[in-house]
Amino acid sequence: MKKFKNIPGQTISDFITYAIVVIAFLIIQPMKSAGLLSNSFSGLLIPICTYIVMAVSLNLTVGILGELSLGHAGFMSVGAFSGIIAVISLDGVVTSNILRLVIAMVIGGIMAGITGFLIGIPVLRLRGDYLAIVTLAFGEIIKNIINCLYIGIDESGLHFSMESAAALDMVNGKVIINGPIGAVGVPKISTFVVGFVLIMVTLIVVLNFKRSRTGRAVMALRDNRIAAESVGISVTKYKLIAFITSAVLAGMAGTLYAMNYTTLAAKKFDFNTSILVLVFVVLGGMGNIRGSIIATAILYLLPELILREFSDYRMLIYAIILIAVMLFTNSIKVKQFAEGVKSKLQSVFKREKNKNKGGATE
Amino acid sequence: MTFLSYLISGISLGSVYAIIALGYTMVYGIAKMLNFAHGDVIMVGAYVSFVTTVNLGLHPIVSVVAAMLVCTILGIVIEKLAYRPLRNATSLAVLITAIGVSYFLQNTALLIWGSATKSYQSLITFEAIKLFDGQLVIRSEAIVTIVACIIIMTALTLFTSFSKMGKAMRAVSEDKGAALLMGINVNTTISVTFAIGSALAAVAGILLCSSYPALMPTTGSMPGIRAFTAAVFGGIGSIPGAMIGGILLGIIQIFSTAYISDQLADAIVFGILIIVLLVKPTGLLGKPIREKV
Repeated sequence: MKKFKNIPGQTISDFITYAIVVIAFLIIQPMKSAGLLSNSFSGLLIPICTYIVMAVSLNLTVGILGELSLGHAGFMSVGAFSGIIAVISLDGVVTSNILRLVIAMVIGGIMAGITGFLIGIPVLRLRGDYLAIVTLAFGEIIKNIINCLYIGIDESGLHFSMESAAALDMVNGKVIINGPIGAVGVPKISTFVVGFVLIMVTLIVVLNFKRSRTGRAVMALRDNRIAAESVGISVTKYKLIAFITSAVLAGMAGTLYAMNYTTLAAKKFDFNTSILVLVFVVLGGMGNIRGSIIATAILYLLPELILREFSDYRMLIYAIILIAVMLFTNSIKVKQFAEGVKSKLQSVFKREKNKNKGGATE
Repeated sequence: MTFLSYLISGISLGSVYAIIALGYTMVYGIAKMLNFAHGDVIMVGAYVSFVTTVNLGLHPIVSVVAAMLVCTILGIVIEKLAYRPLRNATSLAVLITAIGVSYFLQNTALLIWGSATKSYQSLITFEAIKLFDGQLVIRSEAIVTIVACIIIMTALTLFTSFSKMGKAMRAVSEDKGAALLMGINVNTTISVTFAIGSALAAVAGILLCSSYPALMPTTGSMPGIRAFTAAVFGGIGSIPGAMIGGILLGIIQIFSTAYISDQLADAIVFGILIIVLLVKPTGLLGKPIREKV
């Protein structure tokens, strides 16, 4: 064990995070292939992978960059729909499903990254509440635009329209995205293994980002913008880097999620989805990547598996937990109360100890 | 004529936004927080009014008073339990708490009243006005909404300019610490602000549902966000700003629904918010805030 003494604590902590994910995968995957898992549980595996990636990537914006984004589902949506277009366009060109999925995920990520860049330039000039409300606005705008988007494919290529499916003007074509109905005929090619790999990629990116020069600059901006600026850290550049990285990961998660369903409408990625992911991040601990993973897995599984009959109360319970966590971690009075209880307990224990000691010496 | 009738319904919708925006703008001005749950207080007000008129069969005026009373108490309780302990916390923490409160209200309403859309019965019963041989019909709801908005705006402006509490509000929004030293009870002042904002939200909820009768637990959230947009548009913290922003936003929304696309109306409204924030972050009538190092 002496060997490990020289490794910094952070590295060990990162390894624990990786280990948790790998071990979870090594337990679940054989069980899945042996058919030990119930249908409802194995149906949840890909959504859980998606939401873990979403939570970790949102944590990059909220925890590490320190800006509240309420439109994270928008990037997921962009990734999902551009991934769907890519997968259907590549049908017949690339025969391997896994390869097709990976290409689609890369395209989904790139598209979400471009969206993140376009949104980030104006949004990141703002701060605090304004930034939050504008990300919310962008999330809604993305949803609305996809809602009236019609995309089809035929022999001559892709067709776009904002009017109707008939306006696509195709010969023997196939409609991919049909306005408010959403994407139809999506191949179900997502697998749990790909989901696991995506989580690992996300972790490698985010954990290393946190410890890189860029990550430290971003965290310096979060802790004190003015001080960071005065030592020469470019606000826009570093904020954009963090924001775009987060968007790319969310886009890839979106593609993974989309390929798990045959139909998908844009309204799935609304404000509520963004808030759900935010709940995972806040409850896991802002800035704590491992916390996000654990919180997502528990909060996603618990209502689906155990609390099924309480599903009406799910969001209510989340809301109460959200408020309670915020009050407990931020309120001075609650903190003082907790400190008071702690010191009282400590003094009680000390007295006990002293008594014991006294007894021993006498 | 269709243009005129769109304009009138735009002003009417805008008046509702203006009343909601007032709640946002006053709370933001004083507590420096975005009260995300404000939109859901609107929904609670509308439900209370629905229950008192349809289920209990009470007089419309009683129902309005009941809704205002319930919302006022709700506003004070929310402020006391959720926001007051976070007075000195980061804006991120306060905003997340506010989102939590918003979801709490929505889901409580969902449990009490169910997810089915209820058809709200308009409290306003007198006849619509017909002009130009019936070519232009002005709905009675539109008239009441616009009149109510003007009355509320005037009353509030007079209140903040001349009453003792109103002056205290302005002092707290200017400088909390200095106001405290001058003997102003900051906590009471903030509570009163929340109370007024929530009472106005109840009125807004009733007016909104009188014109657009679909009542469900999420009724308030989108108008709430749009009204916040209006408050930012007009300059947050400014009462006339909220009025101008609200009415402009209402007109823009109705016109883009009518002439451009129903689907894109929200996108256009939010697009305007983004442009305003980028070009003039303080809004039309807001004052710039200098940042001290």
